[in-house]
Amino acid sequence: MANKPEKDALSGVETTGHEWDGLRELNNPLPKWWLYIFYVTIAWSLVYYVFYPAWPLGTTYTKGVLGWSQREEIVEKLAEAKAAQGKFLTAIAAKSVDEIQKDKELLAFAMAGGRTMFNENCAACHGAGGQGAKGFPALADDVWLWGGTTADIYQTIRHGIRADDAETRGVVGIGMTAFGRDGILDRTQIDQVAEYILSLNGKPSDATKAAAGKTVYEENCVACHGEKAEGSLAADLTDIGAPPLITANWIWGGDKASLVETITNGRAGVMPNWAARLEDTTIKQLAVYVHNLGGGK
Amino acid sequence: MAEEKKGFSHDTIERNTLLLVVLILITVSIGGLVQIVPLFTIESTVEKVDGVRPYSPLELAGYNIYVREGCYNCHSQMVRPFRDEVERYGHYSLAAESMHDRPFQWGSKRTGPDLARVGGKYSDEWHVAHLVDPRAVVPESIMPGYAWMKDRPLKADDIADHLRALTVVGSAYTADQIANAKADLIAQQNPDADHDGLLSRYPKAVVSNFSGDPKVVTEMDALVAYLQVLGTMVDFTKYQSPAQLQQ
Repeated sequence: MANKPEKDALSGVETTGHEWDGLRELNNPLPKWWLYIFYVTIAWSLVYYVFYPAWPLGTTYTKGVLGWSQREEIVEKLAEAKAAQGKFLTAIAAKSVDEIQKDKELLAFAMAGGRTMFNENCAACHGAGGQGAKGFPALADDVWLWGGTTADIYQTIRHGIRADDAETRGVVGIGMTAFGRDGILDRTQIDQVAEYILSLNGKPSDATKAAAGKTVYEENCVACHGEKAEGSLAADLTDIGAPPLITANWIWGGDKASLVETITNGRAGVMPNWAARLEDTTIKQLAVYVHNLGGGK
Repeated sequence: MAEEKKGFSHDTIERNTLLLVVLILITVSIGGLVQIVPLFTIESTVEKVDGVRPYSPLELAGYNIYVREGCYNCHSQMVRPFRDEVERYGHYSLAAESMHDRPFQWGSKRTGPDLARVGGKYSDEWHVAHLVDPRAVVPESIMPGYAWMKDRPLKADDIADHLRALTVVGSAYTADQIANAKADLIAQQNPDADHDGLLSRYPKAVVSNFSGDPKVVTEMDALVAYLQVLGTMVDFTKYQSPAQLQQ
């Protein structure tokens, strides 16, 4: 390298003066439009320093003459959004879920808001249409464990099931007894009572085992699931949450293997207490939405 | 670049190796200092927030699995201060809430939802069912399943060393916490164990038989324990930002 800069004969542009094996590099200037935009960005950054938060100063930072703060802006934005819905939210806050359902305008508002919040918060367990999943009860059918009235649903969403909440439904950590694991029933008895439940549902079952299973059922299961296997709610055994055992919509599965698994290990479904996460007006909208999924009482 | 230019020109610098090296060092130092110096004040720049504590041993093991499996490739852990995010996920994230993450899990890649406030949102059973087979509970999910975690015993014999290492880099675990690390790890996933010690060392730790068998600590136990504590340490009904306090 280290040649003198010279004009390239072909293009008329000055070279950098570098040469490698006879190759020389043109020293084209930067495009003007690019260069000026670059200068403008530098000027812009200086203006930005003056008006907006910019430089860290140890424990604090330069605040800028506008005093802008993202944390204050979000508070304003949320308040704005709330004010826009103010009329409805005030009415919802003042009324019971039942009363909201009777007001056409509020019902439409609550259904729209409830749908959004259901999809974000509830659908992961209960399904986008409230159809449920294995271990998570369907909300679109008319089988309810803890009550299907608007007030019941509102209470359940607020305080959850077996959740860390003073008014929660059920008892934390305690659900259906693990009859097999805790040694209350032996394998034969579990087999028999499972056959009995299959027979109740009109599914193929072993008649001898089912007959023996009836006795096992009467001695162990009646207290929660009711004499006719109708579930705690229908049997007026409140706040146990034991599902009916004659059903087409099993929570944990109604085939033999699932029944045996359930009887052996017990079940204790948990639902979070949403009062800790969502505002009361939101929970009321959710209660309206869930009640209208199809199974509300 | 005219040839007769003297002194501080391109030509001079290029032809004088020592000068070139010195100038490169100066340039790189400025870049380095701008990035490094603010870290010296990190202790005082992360605002102190009540409730934030180092992870319990089981949660920490879960955090390590979270990082190992690359969950951050699809999930961020940072609720940004925008209306849509706050309405969807909850209060925006505070710096203090990730002060015990090394490395932090903020991220901007959200193939799946943000997880900064997922703690307590779903039941333990849901997390297990979802991790075993995401599509069993969320049909439209594209998340891979992690069913094997349920059967894989957690390797946690060195958990006290993890606590010790984190103490060196800034998450101050007490001698008491380090001494009881393994015991706390086992107790947190056994609802029948004695939890007084665990809960005094790690307030609000969620005790649960996460994956169904308290006798074996599995990777699933650890991961779900970690997910269930995310975003739950700060009580936002009591939290006031420094700006609010000044008013």
